[in-house]
Amino acid sequence: MTECVECGAEVSLHEDLEVGEIVDCDTCGQELEVVDTEPPVLDRAPELDEDWGE
Amino acid sequence: MQIGILYSRIRKDEKLLLSELRERGHDVEKLDVRKLEFGVGDPPEGVADLDIVLDRCLATSRSRYATQFVDSYGVPVVNAPDTADLCADKAKTSIALDDAGVPTPETTVAFDTDSALSAIEEFGYPCVVKPVVGSWGRLMAKLESRSAAEAVLEHKATLGHYEHKVFYIQEFVEKPGRDIRVVALDGEPVAAMTRSADHWLTNAAKGAQTQEFELTPEVEALVEKASDAVGGGLLGVDLMETNAAQSAAEQSSGDEPRDPSYTVHEVNHTVEFKALNDCVDTDVPAAVVDWLEAKAETGVPA
Ligand SMILES: [Zn+2]
Repeated sequence: MTECVECGAEVSLHEDLEVGEIVDCDTCGQELEVVDTEPPVLDRAPELDEDWGE
Repeated sequence: MQIGILYSRIRKDEKLLLSELRERGHDVEKLDVRKLEFGVGDPPEGVADLDIVLDRCLATSRSRYATQFVDSYGVPVVNAPDTADLCADKAKTSIALDDAGVPTPETTVAFDTDSALSAIEEFGYPCVVKPVVGSWGRLMAKLESRSAAEAVLEHKATLGHYEHKVFYIQEFVEKPGRDIRVVALDGEPVAAMTRSADHWLTNAAKGAQTQEFELTPEVEALVEKASDAVGGGLLGVDLMETNAAQSAAEQSSGDEPRDPSYTVHEVNHTVEFKALNDCVDTDVPAAVVDWLEAKAETGVPA
């Protein structure tokens, strides 16, 4: 369990966490980026600021 | 093997690839493009020793430049920078497909709102205006009337990034509520699915229904041709059936329905495959990793 940096709610994380992965906070909806896995550290995910995707 | 993955976000697709690579005992170097510095002539630490690099950058500019730098260090990279450059630009893709004799929707590019409007009127309504650089079906407009065309062109000219001042105008293809996505490795299809939606955009990222599509020799041949046209690699080739409406009418009137024919409307170089992987029996990430291993073994032809 880790805290959401936006709203402070607990965010439950799955086991095969990966640095660079994006998880959503179920409470406030903020997109969070996994910046470390041992222990898990979350930060606000960067905005999509240009053309992204396939 | 030492395999690098260029990324800035790890999605389900990248996780599938990472776990497949690690299960096979490869040394995976995650290369976060946001943190890397690409020197001209001098590779970032750890990059020079890699056997192959797979580009999974979502952002077009990052994908285009990062692959160019990796290539310049003499490290094999897929997809190749030329392929990334071509596929990132719809106008370039259209020209390449047409040059290769691949059926593709009729397209006109104009740089001025007056000439764009004139091109739209020639197509007639409905027709489609797309950004030359764009993804996930965003900023696409289906134009039903002249007044809609004028409004869209004005908005694009006023609000758009300079790339949105390149007006890419295309015929509207009356597809049967679905299109076909084929994931291919150097032209060899791995698996295919249809994406259906009530909306004219049938993008999986927009919540279209997906279903396995049984490949036919005709589709396989088109996919190979389209892949060759953009330089090969790990690609998502999107096709539409063009005469499905006539075919259905013939069938219901008791006539022999004609075979479907296809048009290739898009080739994606940073293809998302998780939706495909979920709806087919084929293990898509395993097929991609098989291909990567073979590429690393033989080297990527320059
Ligand atoms: Zn939160």
